Amino acid sequence: MAAATATAALAPGQASGVREVGYVEAPIRAFAVITAFWGVVGFLAGVVIASQLAFPLLNLDLEWTTFGRLRPLHTSAVIFAFGGNALLGTSLYVVQRTCRARLFGGEEAGWFLFWGYNFFIVMAALGYVLGITQGKEYAEPEWYVDLWLTFVWVAYLIIFGGTIIKREEPHIYVANWFYLAFIITIAMLHIGNNISIPVSLGSSQSYSAPAGVQGAMIQWWYGHNAVGFFLTAGFLAMMYYFIPKQANRPVYSYRLSIVHFWTLIFLYIWAGPHHLHYTALPDWAQVLGMVFSVMLWMPSWGGMINGLMTLSGAWDKLRTNAALRFSVTAVGFYGMSTFEGPVMSIRAVNGLSHYTDWTIGHVHSGAMGWVGFITFGALYYLFPALWKKKGVWSEKLIAWHFWLATLGIVFYITAMWVSGIMQGLMWRAYDELGFLQYSFVETVEAMHPYYVIRMLGGVLYLSGMLIMAFNLWKTVTSSEAAEPEPVPSSAIAVAAE
Amino acid sequence: MFNWLRDHGVIERNLILMGVLTLITVSIGGLVQIVPLFAVETTIERVSGVRPYTPLEQAGRDIYVREGCYLCHSQMIRPFRDELERYGHYSLAAESMYDHPFQWGSKRTGPDLARVGGRYSDDWHAAHLRSPRAVVPASVMPPYAFLDRPLDARDIQDRMRALRVTGVPYTDDMIANAAADLRAQASPDVDASGFQGRYARARQGAFDGDPGVVTEMDALVAYLQMLGTLVDFRDVTPAQLRQQP
Repeated sequence: MAAATATAALAPGQASGVREVGYVEAPIRAFAVITAFWGVVGFLAGVVIASQLAFPLLNLDLEWTTFGRLRPLHTSAVIFAFGGNALLGTSLYVVQRTCRARLFGGEEAGWFLFWGYNFFIVMAALGYVLGITQGKEYAEPEWYVDLWLTFVWVAYLIIFGGTIIKREEPHIYVANWFYLAFIITIAMLHIGNNISIPVSLGSSQSYSAPAGVQGAMIQWWYGHNAVGFFLTAGFLAMMYYFIPKQANRPVYSYRLSIVHFWTLIFLYIWAGPHHLHYTALPDWAQVLGMVFSVMLWMPSWGGMINGLMTLSGAWDKLRTNAALRFSVTAVGFYGMSTFEGPVMSIRAVNGLSHYTDWTIGHVHSGAMGWVGFITFGALYYLFPALWKKKGVWSEKLIAWHFWLATLGIVFYITAMWVSGIMQGLMWRAYDELGFLQYSFVETVEAMHPYYVIRMLGGVLYLSGMLIMAFNLWKTVTSSEAAEPEPVPSSAIAVAAE
Repeated sequence: MFNWLRDHGVIERNLILMGVLTLITVSIGGLVQIVPLFAVETTIERVSGVRPYTPLEQAGRDIYVREGCYLCHSQMIRPFRDELERYGHYSLAAESMYDHPFQWGSKRTGPDLARVGGRYSDDWHAAHLRSPRAVVPASVMPPYAFLDRPLDARDIQDRMRALRVTGVPYTDDMIANAAADLRAQASPDVDASGFQGRYARARQGAFDGDPGVVTEMDALVAYLQMLGTLVDFRDVTPAQLRQQP
């Protein structure tokens, strides 16, 4: 019914149909709220497990609260709950506007995705605490949860693709390329890495089909591309929509977007073996992983340049638009971690960095700096847009959030650089008689101060998040309504070269 | 002439085309890296001694996985001088060929465990697991005293059958005797010649110090105590270790 009116209102060539399309918004509001909620939960879980490493008494002598069970809770809450809901929510928002089409399947489809995806999150999280896990990093949910996610994900592809098919814009906007690659590739990785044999239909336990070296290769093909497609391609889609919107400028280069897209998705998938340097994985695979990881630096920086240069002529907005500051700093962190990553993938460097906190610091400069900040920027944009408010309740609090979070990241990653490199060097240190200089536990002791600093960094980052939650809540409940949305001549901010 | 901006416009207007091209583009790397690992036979070194886990060891391994030990302990020794001296011979692919899932790990908050088997006594392991700081004061490991509870392995046969589907060579004989073998391994005084015949080099013991009840502690310690002990490196020749054809 609503769809019929929408099509009627959008005769070909008619560019003023934005309001009449009747975009689906209620489920997207729910996605926005729950993204902030999972952000608080995920960062809190991070602070808890960071504290456990500094003060092991905090494991509380209970089986459900040990580091081993809470660590997957933290990673999944941040990646899949916070990041995932941000991706699903923004993709549904962006695809409708850049296609000038109402969501395929309407409100119900949006609500199904919301409840279906978050049911997956809750089921997975409950399992971790109870000790139900596949024992593979970032792929911990057991077989029955995996099957459910597969079902939800296929529905997601249909809803997202269906909306693109009924678009009123001739071109598919670049943000949607990245969302599409994210959805397709995550489907491939999720299925490929979770092939397993349940112990019985009544058992929550399963055994992964591949073992040992093949299992390791498949896991890190999955694991690194969860970074590449979940945490990168999907969030690049956010960059390609929200930065142009916030800066009110078209994307810097259309040509660069094309090159960026295809090279990034081609090269990323090869990078997995850099997680397995000097292991029992055959050398040829390790070398392939290293070479492609180093090459990956180029498309990554191409994307960074495309994002940052979108601000040409609008850099002054960074002074006045605190939300844009988040988005732009995110791209800066993206550039930093996508430089650090290729360096760490070089075998000689990896020999030192692997198994240490350096890796943890690297991941967090990407997760907190890039994924977190681009999401914060998007949420500060989305809340006023979705609740039809003039703006975020307090710009000042956004600034507070920004500086607390930035300081938190600096604490975190510098502490991990120092502790990681120090531990790597201590492991391989010899005394003058040619004996190993340090026992393992001496290197653990040496980590303590850095674990405390890291914990403080996490506390700062979490407090910024709490300020954000408060600010967004005030935005929703404040009475300051926005003026009616101006009707753009085109919903698309693509650069016309 | 070829005009790639115009040609890309074709892709940009066609969702199916773009989706299919994307899928092809992202498939190539994985296929090149994964398929040969199954096809090239020497990927798994041809050393002898590696056998499937005993029922008790497998139950212990399941606890190792359940508790997320892999998040702080690797089971993959790299070919470096310091790792050789600290942990022993570098790990072989063959040594984890029956590991579903592999537990190589990615972080050493604690030391590598690939060859921890036999390095400490059973008593040390049990005491350390119950209260790590009582044994190693600077340790940051969580306490696992709750493992002193009866092991629930009623479905051990189902587990072994599932593992057999994935390729672990459990025989019908092994599966039929699973429950008895599990108990026998945890009871040092029981005659277990059948068990010894099924699992070479498997060690019987009262792993948690109490031969009465088979506990989760028994299972986990039995698993830890066999890690890295199956391949006898005195018999291994350099040719056997070569992974390329």
